[in-house]
Amino acid sequence: MGERRLWRALAGNRRVVLGGGVVVLLVVVALGAPLLAPEDPLRQDLLDSLLPPRWSGGDPRYLLGTDGLGRDIFSRLIFGARIALTVAVVAASLAAILGTVLGLVAGYFGGWADMVISRLVDIWMAFPPVLLSIVLVAVIGAGLHSVIIAIVIVDWTRFCRVVRAEVLVQREQDYVTSAVTIGLSRWRILLGEILPNLLPVLLVLLTLEMGIAVIVEAILSFVGLSVASDFPTWGGLIQEGRQYVYQSWWLMALPVACIIVVVVGFNALGDGLRAVLDPVMRR
Amino acid sequence: MKDILEIDDLHLEIRGMAVLRGVDLNVAAGQVHGLVGETGAGKSMVGRAVLGILPGGARITDGNMAFDGIDLAQLPGASRRRMLGRHMSLIPQDPMTALNPVYRIGRQLSDVLRHSLGLGRGAARRRALELLDEVRISAPERVFNQYPHELSGGMRQRVLIAGAFACGPKLIIADEPTTALDVTVQREVLRLIRRLQRNEGTALLFVTHDLGVVAKICDRVSVIHSGRIVECGPAEALFSAPQHPYTRALFAATPRYDRPGERLMPVPRQLTRRMRDDAAAYDQHRRAMARYA
Ligand SMILES: Nc1ncnc2c1ncn2[C@@H]1O[C@H](COP(=O)(O)OP(=O)(O)OP(=O)(O)O)[C@@H](O)[C@H]1O
Ligand SMILES: [Mg+2]
Repeated sequence: MGERRLWRALAGNRRVVLGGGVVVLLVVVALGAPLLAPEDPLRQDLLDSLLPPRWSGGDPRYLLGTDGLGRDIFSRLIFGARIALTVAVVAASLAAILGTVLGLVAGYFGGWADMVISRLVDIWMAFPPVLLSIVLVAVIGAGLHSVIIAIVIVDWTRFCRVVRAEVLVQREQDYVTSAVTIGLSRWRILLGEILPNLLPVLLVLLTLEMGIAVIVEAILSFVGLSVASDFPTWGGLIQEGRQYVYQSWWLMALPVACIIVVVVGFNALGDGLRAVLDPVMRR
Repeated sequence: MKDILEIDDLHLEIRGMAVLRGVDLNVAAGQVHGLVGETGAGKSMVGRAVLGILPGGARITDGNMAFDGIDLAQLPGASRRRMLGRHMSLIPQDPMTALNPVYRIGRQLSDVLRHSLGLGRGAARRRALELLDEVRISAPERVFNQYPHELSGGMRQRVLIAGAFACGPKLIIADEPTTALDVTVQREVLRLIRRLQRNEGTALLFVTHDLGVVAKICDRVSVIHSGRIVECGPAEALFSAPQHPYTRALFAATPRYDRPGERLMPVPRQLTRRMRDDAAAYDQHRRAMARYA
């Protein structure tokens, strides 16, 4: 399609602009955390503990106040974005790769490969995803790696199902027959002809999956199964803030707000991309 | 003259249902061979069997196909693929869907050349532009950089024709290449195919249900009904003196430019029913024979 028309369509979609803005902001904050954060997120100062945000009478040094150990909330939130982004990008991409490969094979080659993979997906879907990931991390041990592995193992099916269904549609298209009649091999047709037609769908799924990954990471750090507890993660901040919810409600509210904004951003971007790319691709 | 394609007693089933019941068809090198018949007669299946692009569930149960003296059934997959790009090709029915929507025209044409002839990037590009020019596309450079959805149906069919002739194949199968096009465009595309075919000396198996088209471009014609060739002969002979009652009925149902005002007669139901009954009886007979074989 004409690249310029596509960019214009994307720029004209409110959800793409809004969601894209949030995602760009997340990336900037995560990458620039050491520059943006006014304080060391780990530095404790017990004399300054549980200060309220600046505008409600707190110390001007701490924009959003401090936690029970006197650490700067603003800086901790900023560094929390790093974990959120890392998990979103790495886990969603790996889940996408695993699910796409299996979906391509199942959809294109059919036969026993399809039977095995589809059965596997059915079995997977029978487990509640959040419970499954908690159990998984509990088994393989806490930590960032485990969180990512858990998300990949739980969520590859989202990609696999959609890709398989899409390949079943695409492989009956005449352009595939054309590719066969010029003598291309099956792998070349699958990867060179069919896969590029799936990219818009994959992009949408990937964006939505990033939002899901942020939530799952938050849940896992909330139950203490993510990175070591003194390093700031949004889920961990919620867990810490929970103890002070009556004295300092913002300790819990701020990381919750961060998660909501980021997840809504990813979802808006995904839905917007779907709205823009679908009519373009289905012509 | 030598036959480039020899089909001998081809039987084909789709999920146990007989679709071709002993098709005999020879296409001479450099000639245009028409394959006509009603919808569902099995015309497309003959072409697909030759190209090896049968739908799922289809199985060749009997018969031989030879291309340029090579038995297609004996040919290993890789050799067959090599033959497909290089020596036989397809002009598809629906130009709207036969091109990959995500690639530019130039890339798709070059791919054929690079894959089948092993041309380099630059050579493929030059040849692709030549081809676009040969199919009378007025601005080859521009079309080269366009995506399929930016072209009209007629233009896309020209691109596909360019692709089919790209590697100088010995045989092209054209499956109703003009039915999806506007009437005005149909004539030009037909003329284009005929001209390229003559210039290149390519044999053409031209599948159609349009007798007017057959009269215009075919050297020989086979008439197919219920998966069997009921009559075959030179185009003029068939038009002036059709032998089989079904052929005669088919002609009576077709308007002819040389006899304007003639009353058209539908193909009599009785006749097609009898022929279908014949075919069914034949299937039964073959099944019975197979049990003793
Ligand atoms: N994918 C398929 N699955 C099952 N049966 C099929 C399939 N394609 C074709 N058939 C059957 O095979 C027979 C021959 O089909 P074919 O497409 O060769 O007809 P045709 O002569 O090309 O007709 P048309 O003029 O409509 O293109 C038909 O009776 C049809 O019902
Ligand atoms: Mg057909």
